Amino acid sequence: MSASSGGLADEPHVALGTMPGPVEQAFLMSRYQFRDYLRAQRFILMLAIVGAILAILLALVGHYPPPALIANGNAFFGSLWVGGSEILIIFAGIIFGGDSIAGEFQNKTGYFLMGLPIKRWSVYAGKYLAAYAASLVTILVYFVVLVGAGLYFVGSGAITTGLLGSVGLAALYLAALLGTTFLFSSMFKQSLYGVIIVAVMFLFGFAIVVDLIEGLVGITPWFIITWANVVIAYPLTGVPAGAGELIRNVALLPTLAQGIAVMFGYFLFTTLGGLALFGREEFT
Amino acid sequence: MTRGYGRDPVGSPACDNVARAPHAFQLVVPSPRVPAVLTMPPSLEARQLTRRFGTFTALDHLTLKVEGTKCVGFLGPNGAGKTTTLKMFTDLIFPTEGEAFVNGISVQQDRRRALSSCGALIETPEIYGSLTPREALQLVGAVRGMSAADVRERTDRVLEQVKMTEWANQKVGRFSKGMKQRINIASTLLSDPDVVLLDEPSTGLDPRGVAEVRSIIRGLKGEGRLIFFSSHILSEVIDVCDEVILINRGKLLFYDTLANVNARLGSGATSVDAEFLRPIADADVARSIASLAGVTAWSRLDERRVTLTIQGGPEKRAEILQGVAGLGLGLVGFHESRSALEDVYLQEITTGES
Ligand SMILES: Nc1ncnc2c1ncn2[C@@H]1O[C@H](COP(=O)(O)OP(=O)(O)O)[C@@H](O)[C@H]1O
Ligand SMILES: [Mg+2]
Repeated sequence: MSASSGGLADEPHVALGTMPGPVEQAFLMSRYQFRDYLRAQRFILMLAIVGAILAILLALVGHYPPPALIANGNAFFGSLWVGGSEILIIFAGIIFGGDSIAGEFQNKTGYFLMGLPIKRWSVYAGKYLAAYAASLVTILVYFVVLVGAGLYFVGSGAITTGLLGSVGLAALYLAALLGTTFLFSSMFKQSLYGVIIVAVMFLFGFAIVVDLIEGLVGITPWFIITWANVVIAYPLTGVPAGAGELIRNVALLPTLAQGIAVMFGYFLFTTLGGLALFGREEFT
Repeated sequence: MTRGYGRDPVGSPACDNVARAPHAFQLVVPSPRVPAVLTMPPSLEARQLTRRFGTFTALDHLTLKVEGTKCVGFLGPNGAGKTTTLKMFTDLIFPTEGEAFVNGISVQQDRRRALSSCGALIETPEIYGSLTPREALQLVGAVRGMSAADVRERTDRVLEQVKMTEWANQKVGRFSKGMKQRINIASTLLSDPDVVLLDEPSTGLDPRGVAEVRSIIRGLKGEGRLIFFSSHILSEVIDVCDEVILINRGKLLFYDTLANVNARLGSGATSVDAEFLRPIADADVARSIASLAGVTAWSRLDERRVTLTIQGGPEKRAEILQGVAGLGLGLVGFHESRSALEDVYLQEITTGES
């Protein structure tokens, strides 16, 4: 009909076989989703949070440099990177992941995507990858500024392999947290519910539950991610004495391996659960 | 002329017939890249397609096959089950029973393959507000496996078709509902699919937009594809479609060509409203108009308008128009009042409801 298709008549141009595979389609999805995230107000909001945390922490360190804190790189980052990144990861998870799936229903954008020849899991995976990338970008901003500050306050020896290990563990924690927010986002067609549940759980709910389980039930709350994520600090602070040891049936601190296993388990099972839910979700 | 991304690289507007001719089939088969199924005409098929919401049956064992390059109207009053059907054809919702096929591929078993040669517009989807139409169409093209050059060319073409060229690089988030729907239509057509599903596509458009969408659909008809188009507006279906499926309360009432539906009334009678400059007396009508050959009955609409029942085709109608005009009664209007299809529509719907 148009000149465009007419001109291509000689060679059979696009047949079924040349439609990208489901994995490639997931990456295509994530590219556009990521672009949307970068342009959305939420990205600015997240950068503002990063900026606020940096401003407060660095103003304090600059004004009263605590000798113990700036004694060496591991102490500096063990405090500022570990503490800051943990809270930033929670914010990023909520801001980029909280309405991820529910928003597709609520804003009706899902109707646009799901009319395309794409597997449902490709859409889910694409959105997850985009949320992960957007979170990572903002957290890397925090990281880069902090590295600069570390070099300034502590000196050139501030950057250790321990810091890289800690960054890797934080990346795993982010994967687990986003998996969880995506799961809750898949459970409701209203964005707000998933956002509230995840915010409450990660900001203080889990901490209370950990205390209750340890104190009252008397077992190790290994299935709560905030019990496990303390290992993010281990590469910098060293594994604390008593990690993994049972005191009256309760291990108050995980070993590094336990922490990694729990965080990975969270990522895996929440993602499988979210995929299963999204696969059955109807756009009514 | 090749059309359609994702399917039928040897297709043509005449592929319906070509694919059936043995020699043409020979031309098609040697290419190992083209599975045999792709040489078939475009089709949509529902087998015992059923959807219940709780105890309410929104679609009741719909069995139907639409095949070939034509425009099929999916007609039914609000709540008939049109959207429910189309959503099952696009895997937005799942059937309680039965299965839906696009080009012979089960949507329920392989949505990705089934939708590869199908463009669908169901309800009024939203595009990520921060993207521009061009970017949104890039996403669609990339997912469908179009080359960047093809996407550019087709984007220009479809944006022109929906008259949104000048908005190509503005953020979709700021568009009005009607503008968004135009972009949705553009994205449905981008890959030049050979099956197009449209669920009341003029919803949310202003009167000019409605007319434009109709003309877009009419334009698509010449391009050798299957258009399946739902509407609750009879005149719209008559205006653009070759065939009509009528559903009501989740049940198929009939599926037939427009011509057959008109013939169903047997008589082939149509009604025409004639409007005059001045009030016209019953006596005048009875004496002069009603006695014209082909006018079988008449009734009064108001003092200046009468409805004539006419027996015969367009030639007869032209003859009668000339006759009435020649009477010197001050004829100012002469147009079809209710077609046979409308009679069937109303009749079937009311019998279905009683
Ligand atoms: N998610 C739903 N839950 C309950 N009832 C529904 C749902 N979706 C549609 N229905 C009902 O199914 C019937 C058919 O709806 P629909 O297919 O949207 O009709 P149409 O598109 O022909 O106007 C309506 O009575 C509608 O109320
Ligand atoms: Mg509808």
